[in-house]
Amino acid sequence: MRHRKTPFIFGFLVVPVALYILLVIWPYLQTFGYSLTDWSGASSEMNFIGLDNYTALFKDGAFLGALRHNLLLLIVLPLATILLALFFAFMLNVGGKSGTGGVQGVRGSAFYKVVFFFPQVLSVAILSVLFQGVYRTDKGGLLNGVLIALGIVDENHPWDFASNPTFGLWCVMGVLIWSGVGFYLVLFSAAMQSIPKDIYEAALLDGAQRGTTFFKITLPLLWESIQTAWVYLAIAAMDAFALVSTMTPGAYYGGGPDHHSEIMATLLMRNFITYGKAGYACAMGVVIFFITLVLSVVSLRVTRREKIEF
Amino acid sequence: MGSATEYNRRDLFKRAAAITVLAAGGTSLLAACAGGSGSGDSKSGASPTLGSDNKNPFGVKASDALDVVIFKGGYGDDYAKVFEDAYKKAYAGANVSHLGTQEISGKLQPRFNAGSPPDVFDNSGAQAMKADVLVSAGQLTDLTVLLEAPYLDDPTKKIKDVLLPGTVEQGTIDGKMYSLNYVYTVFGLWYSAKLFKDKGWTPPKTWDEFITLCGTIKAAGISPFAHQGKYPYYANYVIFSLIAKQGGLDLVKKINACDTAAWDDPAVLAGVKAFYKIMEGDFLLPGTNGMTHTESQTAWCQGKAAFIPSGSWLENEMLASTPADFDMAFLPIPSLPNDKLPATALWAGAGEPFMVPSKAKNKAGGLEFLRMMLTKDGSSKFVATANSLTVLKDGVNADVPLKPGTKSSAAAVKAAGDVTFNFSFQDLQTAFDAEVENATNELVNKRITPEEWVSRGKAATSKKV
Repeated sequence: MRHRKTPFIFGFLVVPVALYILLVIWPYLQTFGYSLTDWSGASSEMNFIGLDNYTALFKDGAFLGALRHNLLLLIVLPLATILLALFFAFMLNVGGKSGTGGVQGVRGSAFYKVVFFFPQVLSVAILSVLFQGVYRTDKGGLLNGVLIALGIVDENHPWDFASNPTFGLWCVMGVLIWSGVGFYLVLFSAAMQSIPKDIYEAALLDGAQRGTTFFKITLPLLWESIQTAWVYLAIAAMDAFALVSTMTPGAYYGGGPDHHSEIMATLLMRNFITYGKAGYACAMGVVIFFITLVLSVVSLRVTRREKIEF
Repeated sequence: MGSATEYNRRDLFKRAAAITVLAAGGTSLLAACAGGSGSGDSKSGASPTLGSDNKNPFGVKASDALDVVIFKGGYGDDYAKVFEDAYKKAYAGANVSHLGTQEISGKLQPRFNAGSPPDVFDNSGAQAMKADVLVSAGQLTDLTVLLEAPYLDDPTKKIKDVLLPGTVEQGTIDGKMYSLNYVYTVFGLWYSAKLFKDKGWTPPKTWDEFITLCGTIKAAGISPFAHQGKYPYYANYVIFSLIAKQGGLDLVKKINACDTAAWDDPAVLAGVKAFYKIMEGDFLLPGTNGMTHTESQTAWCQGKAAFIPSGSWLENEMLASTPADFDMAFLPIPSLPNDKLPATALWAGAGEPFMVPSKAKNKAGGLEFLRMMLTKDGSSKFVATANSLTVLKDGVNADVPLKPGTKSSAAAVKAAGDVTFNFSFQDLQTAFDAEVENATNELVNKRITPEEWVSRGKAATSKKV
């Protein structure tokens, strides 16, 4: 029946591939085209200007700053999220009291799993509103309220959190990590539960401590999940638009104060919508596309390891 | 099955998943760029000419549908439905479609690109389309024909004779009027007349009195000054009003034109230095530098701060949070010594721009809709529902009760007479404006000095479009 196989597979693929080309590949190609023009975004007229947008882009201090902030996000966000998620997952699954016969999580681990996953259920819009309340810059804010009550912060000069030039971006990162850990915790938990218990038991019998079992057994066997998580988080770090644009100061899509929390996505939107420099914004989009592409390929390559079958 | 170079199945799935995610992540950014290749119809339809019929000067046909898009913000969109009903009455059988939305660019940008814009739209709000961009793309109708059209209440007058001063100028880009800015807004400081009466404070006339009063207010345990720090253009209402009064109308014109030399005028430094006294005196509401407009204005309504800068939409915006006996009042920015403009001069402007797209299918209908908005009855209905003035001269019927804030801003408009100014760069030079806002944000946080603020404003003029 081999000769019937090709049309069969083709029949299944033609619709999704056509949709993919129409809705993903074609807009990408259009963006490449627009990035070579002076399109304003408000009419269908435009002139071809070659690579002018790209040369201007790499002289634009705001863009280079935004690029730096995205790279910072790219390092901190996956690292912090994965480490925290791994730690919690380990504690919930195999981190319980040893020597009680068998391997188990800490007491109440099923409850914690639900609690940790909860932030993942909230939409980004709700997260933003929630944390604007947490970071509010007067004593009505959750953090400022507590800090003022404890006498750490002067009521007349409360902290400015997301509006601070140094810490603004870190405040946003905190929200991203807080909301992300739960999902990766569940992802890693599922992977951990598929690791046979007898491996742990054997290790325990040999006198291995929790740290040793983590580094010698759990981590190598979870490598594939971590790799996937890394790619997902790297892509999230290239975006982060919704939170930065709503939580940080600045009239058009945040990014303030004074570009201190600017990321490429907010700069792109501001140029596209507000300044009417859509061609320039498309050039940014292309740069973001290539960075994301390269990062995904690199992280998949670098983290490739020999598979362990179990 | 059975090829020698068979891939591990899970690897394949994983890669496919990674590529999909990659594509999805990127698309959210890039899809925004998928502009219109549209119908390719880039030439504008003929502009309606003025007929001799006073009742229907643009030659509206009742059979043509009218497509109206209204920004549903602080003023709501019910007022527009009143005008739509009037239109339907005048042109019996006309099919009027109404869309009230906050996402003006989200809804309209694709339609402009596709060559099928609405017939008239209210281009307002945070997501308004940029007028300068629309004009340079040839997307708007020149409204001169509307200005020459007869005024509905009194056909011996033309529309241009019944508009408040500044209205035509503010709708004008590159020498032609493209937008009818319907709402007349004044910008300045706001306070609770009741609070001031209770405490025995007098609203200050000069900036020195203002600063002295700030000291008194602070001593009374109230923060003297709040502003909407997350959006620094509110603080700019104060700074630029001080500059305009000190430097005169010519300076306003130069700053609006992004003239670099304007920033060397001593009035600029004098204005911003005067403003900086608020920071030097530590007169800010704690935390106000990071607050949104809602947070800071609510705190002000609760009596935590005495003054707040805003436009005259404030009263309507804060209706729900304002105590009944608050007695909101408007104060033009107090004057500096040796000001070129009188103390009553104020930043006033026509806001809420209504536009007729050049590629609209029923342009005559769009223009007629605008003409119907400019009647005393129509204007009164707007004033009553939106608690804001319109650009129609003497546009309120005597029997319409005004709220205290609207009453006090109407009095200020009357006192100012013809001496008003408007910093249009906030709408027309957005890249320049964003840089100035950033500088102001640094200033209110005392991270830069007034001198540095001036040099940053000067450098920002290179962003002129």
